[in-house]
Amino acid sequence: MSAGIEFRGVSKVFPVRGGDELTAVDGIDLEIAAGEFAVLVGPSGCGKSTLLDLVGGLTVPSAGEILLDGRPVRGPGPDRSTVFQQYALLPWRTAQGNVEFGLEAIGVPRRLRRARAREYLELVGLAGFEERHPHELSGGMRQRVAIARSLAYDPEVLLMDEPFAALDAQTRESLQEELLRIWRRTGKTVLFITHGIEEAVYLGQRVAVMTSRPGRVKAVVPIELPDRAADRDLRSSPEFARYRHEIWSLLHDEVSRAQQWEREVGRV
Amino acid sequence: MSTELGVRSAVVVAPPVVDRKVRQRRSWLPALLRTVVGRSAAIVVLLAVWEAAPRLGLVDRTFLPPLSEVLRAWWGLLDGGRLGENARASLVRSFSGFGLAVGIGVPLGLLIGWYRPLAELLSPLLELFRNTAALALLPVFVLVLGIGETSKIAIVLYACLWPILLNTISAVRTVDPTLLRLARSLDLSPLRLFQKVILPASVPVVFTGIRLAGAVSILVLVAAEMVGAKAGLGYLINASQYNFAIPQMYAGILTISVIGVAFNQLLLAIERRLTAWRPGPPTS
Repeated sequence: MSAGIEFRGVSKVFPVRGGDELTAVDGIDLEIAAGEFAVLVGPSGCGKSTLLDLVGGLTVPSAGEILLDGRPVRGPGPDRSTVFQQYALLPWRTAQGNVEFGLEAIGVPRRLRRARAREYLELVGLAGFEERHPHELSGGMRQRVAIARSLAYDPEVLLMDEPFAALDAQTRESLQEELLRIWRRTGKTVLFITHGIEEAVYLGQRVAVMTSRPGRVKAVVPIELPDRAADRDLRSSPEFARYRHEIWSLLHDEVSRAQQWEREVGRV
Repeated sequence: MSTELGVRSAVVVAPPVVDRKVRQRRSWLPALLRTVVGRSAAIVVLLAVWEAAPRLGLVDRTFLPPLSEVLRAWWGLLDGGRLGENARASLVRSFSGFGLAVGIGVPLGLLIGWYRPLAELLSPLLELFRNTAALALLPVFVLVLGIGETSKIAIVLYACLWPILLNTISAVRTVDPTLLRLARSLDLSPLRLFQKVILPASVPVVFTGIRLAGAVSILVLVAAEMVGAKAGLGYLINASQYNFAIPQMYAGILTISVIGVAFNQLLLAIERRLTAWRPGPPTS
């Protein structure tokens, strides 16, 4: 099962110290089809994570609305699941126990939990590691556990908040490949947030480029690359380079604007 | 491709666990022996100096009798039943006060830590109480509760409560925020959140408070027993000193040290069992 996400004029304003207001995201209009892999890319502080919190139902938009499969989001729920950059694994539980945690939350009976957790750990390539605790696993393996947990309770939408940002380059690339494989197998709608251009081009069917402060959607770039599974060194193909350059150009002004803004704030 | 990689690494990485276990078994005995020798060396030296110094006349043996004499006195106290009787009196008071403090401090701390406004409201007050030396309040306790068991258990309870309460509050308040976000995104009910995230995440810090309280419970009790008591190890030490039974006095002191160490070890063992998932062992 998967569902589409629709942003309709979504804005989020936060109160800040001194009675001022900070517009994190402003007038976001974006439609993500069911089963699509969409990537949001933008400079730091452009409100990417705010947008994800809004879809997750952790915060409420100040204006506009977000529709999930045509129904407005009213709060958090197991039809969406988030993969966090910091893994968010329970350190006292084993890999198996962590995957079961999500299943417990939605009330899957104990008997089924065990089998389901094993199945999803196998899906992310962690068969044989069920009884390991998070501190006994590498960063990449921890994120695999977190992905297994997110998928195990069969959400309609997978929200990913810079999930590979804390990993080394090699691990990141192999997890990106793996994620695409899993996405093709499960057919989930994925909303993936990153500040990495290459990551965005490699993963996304469409890449939405965001402006900095306030965050708006500057452009949506459809990525049409040959089948990623077949082409072994996709990243060095001319098409890949062309897309990377396109998004880089779109982002370039935003990054320098964001840096200038940060300098000004630093001076105050 | 990377699935294969994942599976292959699973096969490659899994064996060392078995390997480590085998190695542990093989070198288990010498390693244990080395630890025991290493950890008791300093104590053995201290005891040897204790035995030798009075005999060699380095210190006055009236004030510091040799260890063997103290041990003989200890045996005499044990044989006559005085040691058991006094130790029992002390332990009952200590454990009652400590147990009550755990029973009150942990649930109360969880509650206060959970309700942020309550924690902010109460924290100056708790800080004040914690920094009021328990023994300074002993006269107040005696005045209100008399010199019987109640005032002694109450003072132990009072002294043990603060480390447990404050540690529990901070344990709840410092739970990893990403875990709380995870729980929120899963729409966990407050009760479930508490039971499945907050409580297990708090155990290590709560236990630090409990172990602190364990040490405090014996410390405070002994002092309290020196002021107004007719039984207990503190009383035994004080009474022996009055009667100039110096070996008996040291026997009492030695007993308290051993009880203190044993209690700490017991709590440490419980802590290890409850936090077996942690990478490093808890430090004593």
